[in-house]
Amino acid sequence: MSFPWANQYAPTTEFGRWMDEKLPVPRLVYNSLGAGYPTPRNLNYMWNFGSLAGIFLVVQIVTGIILAMHYAANANIAFDSVEHIMRDVNSGWMIRYAHANGASFFFIAIYLHIGRGLFYGSYKAPREMIWLLGVVIYLLAMATAFMGYVLPWGQMSFWGAKVITGLFEAIPLVGKPIQELLLGGFAPDNAALNRFFSLHYLLPFVIAGVIILHIWALHIPGSNNPTGVDVKGPQDTVPFHPYYTAKDGWTLGVALIFFTMVMFFLPNALGHADNYIPANPLSTPAHIVPEWYFWPWYAILRAFTVDFLFIPAKLLGVLAMFSAILVWFFLPWLDRSPVRSGMFRPKFKIFFGILVIDVLVLGYCGGAPAEEPFVMISQFAGAYYFAHFLIILPLLSRLEKPEPLPNSITESVTGQPLKTAS
Amino acid sequence: MATVETADTAVAEESGVRRRDFINIAAVSFAGAGAVATVFPLVNQMNPSADVLALASVDVDISAIERGQAIKILWRKQPVFVRNLTDKEIGEANAVNISTLRDPQTLAERTKVGKENWLITLGVCTHLGCVPLGAAEGENKGEFGGYFCPCHGSSYDTAARIRKGPAPRNLDVPDYEFLSDTVVKIG
Amino acid sequence: MVRIIGILIGLFFSGWLLVSFGMGAVAYISNPPAESVEKEFHKEPKEVSYSSDGPLGKFDRQQLQRGFQVYKEVCSACHSLRLVAFRNLEDIGYNEDEVKAIAANWSIGVPDADPNTGEMTTRPGLPADKFPKPFANDIAARAANNNAIPPDLSLITKAREGGAPYIYSLLTGYTNPPANLPEANQPGPGLHYNPYFANLNLAMAPPLAAEDQVSYSDGTKASVDQMAKDVSAFLIWTAEPKLEARHQAGWAVLAFLLIATILAYLSYRTIWADVKAEKKQKAA
Repeated sequence: MSFPWANQYAPTTEFGRWMDEKLPVPRLVYNSLGAGYPTPRNLNYMWNFGSLAGIFLVVQIVTGIILAMHYAANANIAFDSVEHIMRDVNSGWMIRYAHANGASFFFIAIYLHIGRGLFYGSYKAPREMIWLLGVVIYLLAMATAFMGYVLPWGQMSFWGAKVITGLFEAIPLVGKPIQELLLGGFAPDNAALNRFFSLHYLLPFVIAGVIILHIWALHIPGSNNPTGVDVKGPQDTVPFHPYYTAKDGWTLGVALIFFTMVMFFLPNALGHADNYIPANPLSTPAHIVPEWYFWPWYAILRAFTVDFLFIPAKLLGVLAMFSAILVWFFLPWLDRSPVRSGMFRPKFKIFFGILVIDVLVLGYCGGAPAEEPFVMISQFAGAYYFAHFLIILPLLSRLEKPEPLPNSITESVTGQPLKTAS
Repeated sequence: MATVETADTAVAEESGVRRRDFINIAAVSFAGAGAVATVFPLVNQMNPSADVLALASVDVDISAIERGQAIKILWRKQPVFVRNLTDKEIGEANAVNISTLRDPQTLAERTKVGKENWLITLGVCTHLGCVPLGAAEGENKGEFGGYFCPCHGSSYDTAARIRKGPAPRNLDVPDYEFLSDTVVKIG
Repeated sequence: MVRIIGILIGLFFSGWLLVSFGMGAVAYISNPPAESVEKEFHKEPKEVSYSSDGPLGKFDRQQLQRGFQVYKEVCSACHSLRLVAFRNLEDIGYNEDEVKAIAANWSIGVPDADPNTGEMTTRPGLPADKFPKPFANDIAARAANNNAIPPDLSLITKAREGGAPYIYSLLTGYTNPPANLPEANQPGPGLHYNPYFANLNLAMAPPLAAEDQVSYSDGTKASVDQMAKDVSAFLIWTAEPKLEARHQAGWAVLAFLLIATILAYLSYRTIWADVKAEKKQKAA
């Protein structure tokens, strides 16, 4: 918006001028997604997942509003109302499977988007605020997804709600009252189901609001790019539209092809069989696991098996699980390396690779039953996770010698030093 | 290499621009068609679901209804009046000159052949959808001896035809058939 | 400051996890966890294939009708099918009149109030009714079945890890307990050994015990294997009645997306052509 080389919006029609004066929505679109947003010309495909996550959020909101027309948030009939959607409502099965699997695809997009930010240093100055808002979006998305999983009121819904609200019980003194406050009872029941439904409907719109802030904050410094080098002038950029709308467009097609394959041919592959059993407070499933996108954090939660002095292991696990995500809030100040992009940080590259594998290992252990050797593996992997963010990154930013940076984006693209802007 | 390209550009320009526009238009319109096709299930889900449609027809046992009596049953969440007319009521209905009616129909057109005493109508006033009185014992049947709608005073005669008041049409006759002398399938 | 506190917190969490890891490892080595008996004797479901498998799968309606017959004559005595309605049977090839007859002649009536007295009684089923439950409630089910509730079967193939092959394996998997089975895992009174069941002993007596337990109207030989296969196929349908529509819609959507993506890709290439050409030109 404030870039000196940005195209200025110039309405061409009489109506356009009138509209621009009264309510400049076309100008807003032009500046944020249109030709008025100059974007680095060298973005690679890792930059496609932000808009993809946004599109899956829209899919979730649209299908969710429709499901809410048929779903009944009452513990006695919630399960059957979902089956009513699956069996009797016209195309209900399609909408419900789109919603259930859309959540997974939303998180796939979000994780790749976060991973891109971590590798290319998109969290660093001047983009700290974009990153912080992004972490807020992630936390809200986790809360929304968790409450959504409770709504079908199957076995995993019920026991998931019980276990997750049980985490608050670990807090000394006030834990039990907090848990009862959250549930509106002593165990998940109608009161909990109703408030989860209410919040599950509300939070996506809050997420959409924070996304607007996230994009707003993005448009102040402009997009980062694979070299991490600042844009020097118009020769380094292309207008967002049509260049990146076209790129996002065709990759959206690819993403939707994967989505279709899962949704129509393997619709229950990402879910858990136990959630097709109605909630039963008298019988716990053999092992309770959350949805796959929570597995790394669930592994960290379960990795704490030993009390530390007077702090019980359970409380430690809860603290560590929340810290594992909250640490991201401090990332811009933990990693002080002046070089943004991991491309030019030889050691960082290695540690980043280890982190990716580490999180995948944690995820695998989080989905496995709580027995050896998975607990030991998650203890080891969890140790690296915290060490990476809290010890390795701060030290690395002092000790590492980065490779020389290209002078400009254009130079890195053409391999030629920039002489004069054409 | 570069010089050859520049020489060609001027010639290639015109056809190039067209081809380029064509692909973009094709891509956008194809995606647009997909979006429109997606809207269909998203709207169609609001239509009656299979379990609602399954209740679209009901079998009614009419053996217990005496001449002059009527019952009110629920069909598609709407009341249906099943009335066993007396000979007097049939006579009254047939005595009316149908050219004077707002919605001209004979009693015979509103009943089945050989079952003229069975008057089966929706219990929904054609004015604004209230349930008219007159089906149950002791209810106000209106001045024409049929049904009387308390909301805005529409009066129906013994063939449930509109005679007075704001309603535009006679009470609707649903699709029905006699499965036997005592069982009627409505819907 | 942030970094110093961060390093301290990091040292604490990482350090304590490593300590826990060490303690766990010592315990693991000094006292390795014994393989549980359940794990040792438990078997994975057998491999069976159904016509509904795979992205092109379609139901074999003859088989579903045979499976329905097995459910009706064997399973329905104890297991409910509460999410499926008689009218749904039209999907597996029965016509309207047959469905009416099946509903009206079902061995259990549909609970309803007597139209004259208002007292709870049962009436013959109608196509719109769900399959009536064999037991009025869980307590009755428990009392009649040696304290084990027979699960509802409507969603069973989706509600069990292993799906229909698991049901098939369970039905055909009853054997005598192996000789080396520890005393504690021997089937107690009223229990039956079945290695496909998670804890090896199951309250359900072998339901398909003899050949020709049902007589198929289409002449298929009713071996135990055939009956188990048919009823598990039927239960795939009860759990996912829209499977065929789903597969069909999936292919249509996929075909559309493929074309749309190719067009979008070509469009992307033409839009970026000048930027890429510029890059090539500069590089040359």
